[in-house]
Amino acid sequence: MANMIATKTPMHEQPADVRNKNFLEVATGYTEEMAVSEAERCLNCKHKPCVSGCPVNIRIPEFLAKVVERDFEGAYKVILSTNCLPAVSGRVCPQETQCESKCVRGIKGEPVGIGRVERFVADYAREHGFSAGEKPETNGHKVAIVGSGPAGLSCAGDLVAKGYDVTIFEALHVAGGVLSYGIPEFRLPKEIVKKEVANLEKLGVTIKTDYIVGRTISVDELFEQEGFEAVFIGSGAGLPSFMNIPGESLLGVYSANEYLTRTNLMHAYDEEYMTPIYRGRSVAVVGGGNVAMDAARCAKRLGAENVYIVYRRSMEELPARAEEVHHAMEEGIVFKLLNNPVQIVGDEQGRVKGIECVEMELGEPDASGRRRPIEKAGSNFVLDVDAVIMAIGTSPNPLIKNTTPGIEVNRKGCLVCTEDMATTRKGVYAGGDAVTGAATVILAMGAGKTAAASIDKYIMGE
Amino acid sequence: MNLITEKRELSSVVTLMKVLAPDIAKRVKAGQFIILRVDEKGERVPLTVAEGNPETGEVTIMFQIAGATTRLLAEKNAGDYLADFVGPLGVPTEHEGATKVCVVGGGVGNAIAYPQAKALHEAKIPVDAIIGFKTADMVMLEDEFKAVTDNLYVTTDDGSYGIKGFVTNQLEQLIQDGAGYDLVIAIGPTPMMKFVCKVTEKYGIKTIVSLNPIMIDGTGMCGGCRVKVGGETKFACVDGPDFDGHKVDFDELMNRNSFYKEFEKIKDDHVCRIGRNGGNN
Repeated sequence: MANMIATKTPMHEQPADVRNKNFLEVATGYTEEMAVSEAERCLNCKHKPCVSGCPVNIRIPEFLAKVVERDFEGAYKVILSTNCLPAVSGRVCPQETQCESKCVRGIKGEPVGIGRVERFVADYAREHGFSAGEKPETNGHKVAIVGSGPAGLSCAGDLVAKGYDVTIFEALHVAGGVLSYGIPEFRLPKEIVKKEVANLEKLGVTIKTDYIVGRTISVDELFEQEGFEAVFIGSGAGLPSFMNIPGESLLGVYSANEYLTRTNLMHAYDEEYMTPIYRGRSVAVVGGGNVAMDAARCAKRLGAENVYIVYRRSMEELPARAEEVHHAMEEGIVFKLLNNPVQIVGDEQGRVKGIECVEMELGEPDASGRRRPIEKAGSNFVLDVDAVIMAIGTSPNPLIKNTTPGIEVNRKGCLVCTEDMATTRKGVYAGGDAVTGAATVILAMGAGKTAAASIDKYIMGE
Repeated sequence: MNLITEKRELSSVVTLMKVLAPDIAKRVKAGQFIILRVDEKGERVPLTVAEGNPETGEVTIMFQIAGATTRLLAEKNAGDYLADFVGPLGVPTEHEGATKVCVVGGGVGNAIAYPQAKALHEAKIPVDAIIGFKTADMVMLEDEFKAVTDNLYVTTDDGSYGIKGFVTNQLEQLIQDGAGYDLVIAIGPTPMMKFVCKVTEKYGIKTIVSLNPIMIDGTGMCGGCRVKVGGETKFACVDGPDFDGHKVDFDELMNRNSFYKEFEKIKDDHVCRIGRNGGNN
């Protein structure tokens, strides 16, 4: 008999005024009882609408049923069969627009908390040392993967399961891509990323860090000298955009990438590490996406008294996940909506002392379907801040394109791919932000899986 | 992990280190750099490569203590390992079309001015060098430079060795005497590069400078190394590190490079734990 309570089993969170001073995880997860009770809310619909809402097609009712039976190892195996990073996706997926948006329980009440139960299962598996599977017999075919972010890891996971000899090349000193340098510790603890990566290594995936394809080795050399038969490019969208307004070179202006990299990858918040970071007293974060929320919440935790989100449209158009916005507000982040920066103001030493903004109003919908923000003449004002973080987007790194003959990109610098994730060069596949521009972890994972299937077909078809 | 195979003092302030990194040694060209991390809790700092030896797989770096990381690096010895060593990064120096070149180096910058002179010499392009130091005990690489240049001028600020004065004085003298340079490559402290460019601008001589701003990843991801060149924002790690010196906003660069000086983390031993450039400047 299903649990007919209309709302999700609540998940405990650190109180806002406590957590905004530490980097520990915000939500502390379900207990066994909570997970079972939440899984019992699933009606086990025949047509499984939730599965179609999942970019990696996790067999959701099946794993929830195992949780109800308290067969957590069985549940873990069901999830792992289509998703090699469940502890990650259970935390950072926008379930509200994916699986949970299709849940029948959502019609009269809240959908089943699928992400929360997924997270519970993955955490339970890690804490109880469940095996992520046996190392499969090798088929002798070598595949190279560029980038160890979500796209590369999921592609590697599927290929290694089929017996391929997979090597991931990672430019940074730690694997994980955006999971390691971008998403903060309080949303996705780095120990968890490490464990998920270690699971893949146990299955036979080789990871070479400090290895930059396009610099240390070229794609041509991977084929010609190293004997790889196919290459998957999951190099992400790492190049930060700036607004090109006056004052962006002042001391105290960061790209969100730099700010988050210093904080997460380089542990600037931890006194044990040498990384310096400027701990502004008042910080303006420009932009309204998840990255902007992450940067703002990091700034607060690094000790800023005032943290502002400066966004040129209104709350309705704000692209960040509702949960992140809600958490940010609880933590005391101030939303300066319908404000657009005009310039960053510096003192005589070249340090940030304010950001001049102009008020905006919304006009007719533009090409994106969102109402176009229009400046209100004469409404300029200066917000007193001593640091500014630009979180207005990123574009794909041109390194691979510039060093790989035969690879085409569109005018935004994204790799041109077929639906099967094949690039314009034979044997080279791609997926994730390198193809789509900045998007979500789970979409990148889905693309990695599609590419893995295409690579398998390509190599085995030969 | 990369093994340090050799370490020696080049002068009273500059240390040479050879690090085993065969994939980098095989591909690195003059003007490119690496990023290293000394240990697990350390920072990522860029250092321009002095030489790569494809046969032995060794990459040579030369550095002067400029901050916490170079101080830690200086404590390492042959037989020790560095946590990370990645590259080659940046665009190699281009001197195509040059018919007579003057390489101008200052201090530890001479470590990477030398491979420039050597590359030009090997390309059979006439090359002079002016290498400047503060005092006699800091002079280094004199014989090496001599072997690859047509004329070598060594200067010291205090006159304790070679010609007394700054490299800029010597450069201007040579230009006025009709040396006929059509390219100057200047590598050294940022103020030195700025003043070399002021001299060459007067005479309309193309000048390449090698910048070394604060950076993290070295692949274009953080944007911390942005410099203004000809009014446009460039990322030194992917667009450089070489730029047309007449277009670089040196004052902004110097200011940006000073950013973390006062935010250093002071540790028990009061070592400055600052995260600025690795010491080429």
